Amino acid sequence: MLRYLISRVATAFAMVLLATLVIFLIANTVPGDPALAQLGDLAASNPEFVKAFRAKWGLDLPIWHRYLIFLEGLAHGDFGISIASQRPVLDDIRDFAPATIELATISFILSILIGIPLGILAAVRRDSWIDHVARFVSLIGVSAPTFWLAFIMLALFYGMMEIAPGPGRVDPIAFLPPRVTGLLLIDCVLAKDWETLNDALAHLVLPATVLAAATLGLITRTTRAAMLESLSQDYVRVARAKGLVEPHIVLGHALPNALIPVVTLGGLAYANLLTGAVMTETVFSWPGLGRYTFRSAVSVDFPAIMAITFIVAAVYIAINFLVDLSYAVLDPRAVKR
Amino acid sequence: MSAAAIETAAAEQASPRRRWLRRYGLPLAGGCVILFWFAAALLAPVMSSYNPDFVDVANRLQPPTARHLLGTDALGRDVLSRVLYGSRISLIAGFSVVLVGAVFGTVLGGIAAYARGRAEELLMRLTDLVLCFPPIILAMAIAAALGIGTTNTIIAMLVVWWPKYARLARSLVLVQRSQEYVEAAHVLGFGHAHILFRQVIPNAIGPLIVMVTLDLGNAILVFAGLSFLGLGVVPPTPEWGAMVAEGRELVQQWWVATFPGLAILSVVMGFNFVGDGIRDWLDPHARRR
Repeated sequence: MLRYLISRVATAFAMVLLATLVIFLIANTVPGDPALAQLGDLAASNPEFVKAFRAKWGLDLPIWHRYLIFLEGLAHGDFGISIASQRPVLDDIRDFAPATIELATISFILSILIGIPLGILAAVRRDSWIDHVARFVSLIGVSAPTFWLAFIMLALFYGMMEIAPGPGRVDPIAFLPPRVTGLLLIDCVLAKDWETLNDALAHLVLPATVLAAATLGLITRTTRAAMLESLSQDYVRVARAKGLVEPHIVLGHALPNALIPVVTLGGLAYANLLTGAVMTETVFSWPGLGRYTFRSAVSVDFPAIMAITFIVAAVYIAINFLVDLSYAVLDPRAVKR
Repeated sequence: MSAAAIETAAAEQASPRRRWLRRYGLPLAGGCVILFWFAAALLAPVMSSYNPDFVDVANRLQPPTARHLLGTDALGRDVLSRVLYGSRISLIAGFSVVLVGAVFGTVLGGIAAYARGRAEELLMRLTDLVLCFPPIILAMAIAAALGIGTTNTIIAMLVVWWPKYARLARSLVLVQRSQEYVEAAHVLGFGHAHILFRQVIPNAIGPLIVMVTLDLGNAILVFAGLSFLGLGVVPPTPEWGAMVAEGRELVQQWWVATFPGLAILSVVMGFNFVGDGIRDWLDPHARRR
């Protein structure tokens, strides 16, 4: 077990390091020119300005030198300074990340709490109405564009029925609690500010639902398929022959064996929520990492793009690592290879 | 007899027409939707009554009426005509990303599995490396760096698209290469390239075809998403994702963003149904129960 752990950690670490090289190469070999993107046409037509700009941001150094500088900064937890906002990238990310973490976590919990029971019910009562509901939900979730779903929800519940608050994280006139964690819900509880907490929760409902849709669809579908598979196994027949009650057979015998594909997918889905967040946050004016990623990409802000792709790749690798570890708990056979 | 077996038996006894519908209904419906969009892409000038780029500010933001079946947008352009024309870019982008990605990935994965040894190690680590990035974020960064334009967006998507095919092709070829017909081909003196591309890969092509059909909807969805973010087409090209973006703040004029979104939804669902159908047909073991 320990050897398995060590080799997995080492691979994960090597992958993160290689990932930085890839990001760096992509950021530096594509034809987009940050000098032109930032300076504007007038200043960019003046070679003196362009030269000064390149010297200031180190764009005139050879590429390997710049990679070493990047790695050195990384070792200190320093991602450099954003060309667009003129602030340390890490500060930017610290400002924007909590809003996304809050949104992603809530919608992940939502999709698990609905998706797994729905998938189990659909498998147990195959071809009943609940199976059709589950199939329909997962079909819409997988096929509908997130950005369009966000628009429909906003138009329906805010524009027409007026039962949901508009875009944004809270009402513009609300008093924000002092920033402790940056996670608005937790900060509100810490400051005992129930009114703002209520408002923030109301603002979370629509974006969290939209973001959950795709994940919910995948989790429902996978749970259903995995449950059907394990319900048809011999040990389930044995359990039935022993006269065990049906809920015990389903939850105690079939479910644990169906969990591996669900966990694999769930881990990936959580990491993928950031992608969905880019679209959702655009429609809901959510001040999160998704918006920030998009803005940096459009303004060819290399330090910011590199930091974000690095962090996201690291999170991706870390989640995959945790998923692999959970195999060892869920199915000890996975370790013996 | 287990409950599952009884249910299967009950399904067998259902009328032949219901059985036929259950088996072929959804793939057929999906196929019809896709045919419709193909027709729209080819016949857009005939099917639409307006020029998709014709600006008519006096008639802007008209709700759906007999004159404009799906209303007009903020510049008075006919939404129906733009939706019909929009099918062109979506289909082209979806097919080119998936086909080129699949061919590239299959060749790389096939070579890796066939050659084994160091080449395999190198190619598969490269695949893992690309796979450890969230695909859309990486595509977004590349698309932004390359500059806006349909071709650039397709290139950006290709960079992140091929690895899953490389992985699948590798696992498929690994199974095939230990078969006896490969040995026989060696003995008969065929070259490596001939064996790999003319014998091994054609034998392993089934799951790849399934993956391609199931993937087409996904590629169209991602392209529309990038386009929604402003990283896809150059305005005023009619494209579904960009049209939703143009209408996203018009909550009262819901028709501007709703119909292009429905178009994306229908085409993606169509490909999913057809993909499921092809999978059931090629691989009866995976048949959805």
